Amino acid sequence: MNQLKKYLGIVWMLLGPAAIYFLLATAISEVNRKPVIDTKIQWGVFIVIFLPIAIGLCIFGYYAFKGEYDHLPESSGEIPED
Amino acid sequence: MIIKDKGARGIWKVIGASSVGTLIEWYDFYIFGSLATVIASQFFPKTNPTAALLSTLATFAAGFIVRPFGALFFGRLGDLIGRKHTFLLTLILMGGSTFAIGLVPSYETIGFAAPIIVLVLRLLQGLALGGEYGGAATYVAEHAPPGRRGFYTSWIQTTATLGLFVSLGVILVTRHSLDGDQQRSIEKFNNWGWRIPFLVSIILVLLSIYIRLKMKESPLFSKLKSEGKISINPLKESFTNRANLKMVLLALFGATMGQGVIWYTGQFYAQSFLENVCKLNFDQSRTILIWAILFATPFFVVFGNLSDKIGRKWIMMAGMLLGIIFYRPIYQQCLQICQAVNFGSGVTLPPAEYWKIVALVFVQILFVTMVYGPIAAFLVELFPTRIRYTSMSLPYHIGNGVFGGLTPFIATLLTTIYTDDKLVGLWYPIIVASISLVIGVVYLTNHIDPDVND
Repeated sequence: MNQLKKYLGIVWMLLGPAAIYFLLATAISEVNRKPVIDTKIQWGVFIVIFLPIAIGLCIFGYYAFKGEYDHLPESSGEIPED
Repeated sequence: MIIKDKGARGIWKVIGASSVGTLIEWYDFYIFGSLATVIASQFFPKTNPTAALLSTLATFAAGFIVRPFGALFFGRLGDLIGRKHTFLLTLILMGGSTFAIGLVPSYETIGFAAPIIVLVLRLLQGLALGGEYGGAATYVAEHAPPGRRGFYTSWIQTTATLGLFVSLGVILVTRHSLDGDQQRSIEKFNNWGWRIPFLVSIILVLLSIYIRLKMKESPLFSKLKSEGKISINPLKESFTNRANLKMVLLALFGATMGQGVIWYTGQFYAQSFLENVCKLNFDQSRTILIWAILFATPFFVVFGNLSDKIGRKWIMMAGMLLGIIFYRPIYQQCLQICQAVNFGSGVTLPPAEYWKIVALVFVQILFVTMVYGPIAAFLVELFPTRIRYTSMSLPYHIGNGVFGGLTPFIATLLTTIYTDDKLVGLWYPIIVASISLVIGVVYLTNHIDPDVND
């Protein structure tokens, strides 16, 4: 199972940039198709929201690939305080 | 530590006081979305109705987008000064904003100030909601006895759906009771009657503020505070501590993201699909949802309770899987039923077909109860007390608010891009839920934390 978690980590790391590419490509195509302010605002908002989420997915994938999820803490004692 | 010493009555008072306030906040939040078309005609330039509607939808989306910021702001406050005062503050902010929307003069009266004021008030609503849920769920969970956390927090989980239920009910009743003649009643509602659902909420908010003022602070937070162990900087601790950040990301991608799209597909997109694609009339598209909610709501508690016995993970995953498999057949069936009756604007269904669609929406809300019933207990158990409010609020509001809240908007948008397939909008929740399902199945554990007192 831990091997699967690691390999899937690569998928999540790739899925982040793929999602950003798909979002940008759709946004450009839609704004070109209908170049009005509503379309620009709408797609601008989508990019602003989903960009950090896609980066979060890459970080999640990186952690998974590094084996950070091989064991999940069962109590707060396992989580070090700052 | 937990309030078992006060007996069952104590926990029910906690649940009652928390749930009523949270329900009102959801009601306040949803009446705006439910009245989007009417509000567009009042507050946005009428020269282009599509632009007006889009502006309102954008405002609606803005309400969802600011929710994560509300989660950060109030979550931090809740971990610093306590749960009680923080979710009291969110209630006041939400109630005040909702009441004020009901008082804003129209665009015709004060010009562009009207949409700007409405937008600001809507953003405040989003901020308040962002802070409310995490506080209520944490507060109840920190009072609940071990082994019953899923059951007790599931009552908080009913409030979002019941808030929607009450908002739809109040809107329908108001719409039909302003005049003896139904047509004139609807005209009056569109002119000024839409303000009533916003204004009446203040009575419920004041009542809820009174109840919450009498509540005590969470025993776990009080203990931490008395021991001087509360977090100095919960934001930093939640999101820069690697061990916490990885759990925040896991909660988002493995649970709340999928839960959000299942929630909004089953309730908001279902209603939008029935009205705009199946062309059902205004009243039927809403009463169908009302009945389905009424029948399905007890299952939040059923699945919350079950999660105490068999764990949270597999119930949530099953809800996602069922949504992924059955959404297209369910919506195809809805479409066929309406087309068989009479495909055109404002279809009115005969009783047999009406109840078939109620059943189809009920099944979708059943999926919602599976993913949503156990999730509060799941999130509470994932994070330590000192940063719980902050840490659980953010993934919840990104998952539910952003991924879920934008479901009707993105699904409708897809139908305007790919016009050949009336069900194309469903690919958004299906893909998002599928990713969340894989992550949840592979990475989450089914372990129930016996002790959240840490």
